[in-house]
Amino acid sequence: MALLEVKNLGISFGGLRAVDSFEINIEKGQLYGLIGPNGAGKTTVFNLLTGVYKPSDGKISLDGKNITGKGTIEINQAGIARTFQNIRLFKELTVLDNVKVGLHNSYTYSTAEGIFRLPRFFKVEKKMKEKALELLKVFDLDQEADYLASNLPYGKQRKLEIARALATGPKLLLLDEPAAGMNPNETKELMETIRFVRDTFEMTILLIEHDMKLVSGICEELTVLNFGQVLAQGKTQEVLNNPQVIKAYLGE
Amino acid sequence: MKRERIAKSTRSTWITLGIVVVAYVIMQILGQAGMLTSLVKGLLVPLCTYAIMAISLNLTVGILGELSLGHAGFMCVGAFSSAFFSLCMKETMAAGPRFFTALLIGIGAAALSGLLIGIPVLRLRGDYLAIVTLAFGEIIKNLVNVLYVGRDQEGFHFSMKDSIALGLGEDGKVLINGAQGITGTPKDSNFTVAVVLLLITLIVVLNLIHSRSGRAIMAIRDNRIAAESVGINITRYKLLAFSISAGLAGMAGVLYAHNLSTLAAQPKNFGYNMSIMILVYVVLGGIGNIRGSMIAAVILTLLPELLRELQDYRMLIYSIVLIVMMLFNWSPKAKEWREKYSLRRLVSKIAAKEEA
Repeated sequence: MALLEVKNLGISFGGLRAVDSFEINIEKGQLYGLIGPNGAGKTTVFNLLTGVYKPSDGKISLDGKNITGKGTIEINQAGIARTFQNIRLFKELTVLDNVKVGLHNSYTYSTAEGIFRLPRFFKVEKKMKEKALELLKVFDLDQEADYLASNLPYGKQRKLEIARALATGPKLLLLDEPAAGMNPNETKELMETIRFVRDTFEMTILLIEHDMKLVSGICEELTVLNFGQVLAQGKTQEVLNNPQVIKAYLGE
Repeated sequence: MKRERIAKSTRSTWITLGIVVVAYVIMQILGQAGMLTSLVKGLLVPLCTYAIMAISLNLTVGILGELSLGHAGFMCVGAFSSAFFSLCMKETMAAGPRFFTALLIGIGAAALSGLLIGIPVLRLRGDYLAIVTLAFGEIIKNLVNVLYVGRDQEGFHFSMKDSIALGLGEDGKVLINGAQGITGTPKDSNFTVAVVLLLITLIVVLNLIHSRSGRAIMAIRDNRIAAESVGINITRYKLLAFSISAGLAGMAGVLYAHNLSTLAAQPKNFGYNMSIMILVYVVLGGIGNIRGSMIAAVILTLLPELLRELQDYRMLIYSIVLIVMMLFNWSPKAKEWREKYSLRRLVSKIAAKEEA
């Protein structure tokens, strides 16, 4: 059984059918790409998967559990974490605290325990910090742990966002245009990072990307979206050679 | 490097608490030596009251990132609920436990009103909280002004008209007398109590900020959508921060009420002007900077009183100080200068010289 199963997913905004009968099956450990021209509805799919929008119809199940129509927080706890197209970090918090916020639901103590500095506060904070630094180390960010997130260079901000998403302990990681705004070198490094994340965390990753080099370089399977509908689906090379896909991207 | 960071936030907390304790000791010594005028002595408790108000508002404005324009309203709730209790219990309870209970009642009442306002309003995005709290502050003040409560052997009597409408028996006593407020509240607070409450406020707020819940609150402030995406319950943490903030404002109200023999809700003490005054302390002391807002509250409360002798020039000097403080805190050049001549830099420079 696939980790993520989406059947007949659709949403309408007024008269606009933004996504229509969208289907996707992602196996555990897969690196899956979602591509399509601008305005095809890729980010809308992400927003549907993470509960930002409620689908008009269709069914989403994660690891056999039905998560259709659930709220963002529930879906995150069920095991989907994401990054954003335009980076959304907690800018006034340190790099370390950004990751700690990601650990919010896995390492808990009550507000009162925090205010009165009860023993549990020190115990959990210590574990939290170890875990956060461990994650930062994976992304080579541990040297910048005390920096404010807004002071990091662009590429590192992207990495921090991935680290924060991973901190929530997801089964499925959604990356929304991770290479946007990166130069070829940074993109290359990012590809390695993504592959590395998949291998070390045994993560399943679904990513939206426009950079074809990245897509053909790391994605095993692809789904192409056009005008809210699935245009093609399958092995990366086959999909990229599909005449319909070429037509959608380049025009006739 | 790992250890340093935890130490940094803890050290900063200790420094802030230390400043308060040192200021307290100095004032006590000066007081014992008879070097304080009665004007300054009378200001000691209000100084702490406004410092608590500024810290409490900074929790809402700087940490939660929501604007509250009616913070004096929560202070008013705390002041009147606790003063009413103390007046009722004047003869039946000893001063210590009575003030402690009054404190809990004042904090509780204010926190509850914060919660009730927050439940509908904090779900919305945008500046709704500012509008609603602004209205709340005015409504509470006006409500208290037409509230009459009396007690005789039959129990409590309420009226919104006047004290005669209470229809009290012969031994009846008016407790809350409309616009004239509450008279005869026992004077249970003093400078020591005020400083203790200020320290409690600082500990609560600073410890909250440097804990899991505090991080969640600041994450919501910095990016609501991202905070939701990592599984943080937005409404819950907003309500938490706002009711703690309201409760602390209520505590300031308790302190205020028990320092005066007559408590009346006037525009001057619980109105819109006071709310804005507190906001000025927060903005000038630094939004999100707890220690700064405390210091700004003290300086800006003290200054107009100390300048009384200058009469007409008083407000002129006051406004100049406001501008200077703003520049000192916020302009990039001033920040650079402060960095260059900071105490720590000077100390390390001297140390380096001695070594050489």
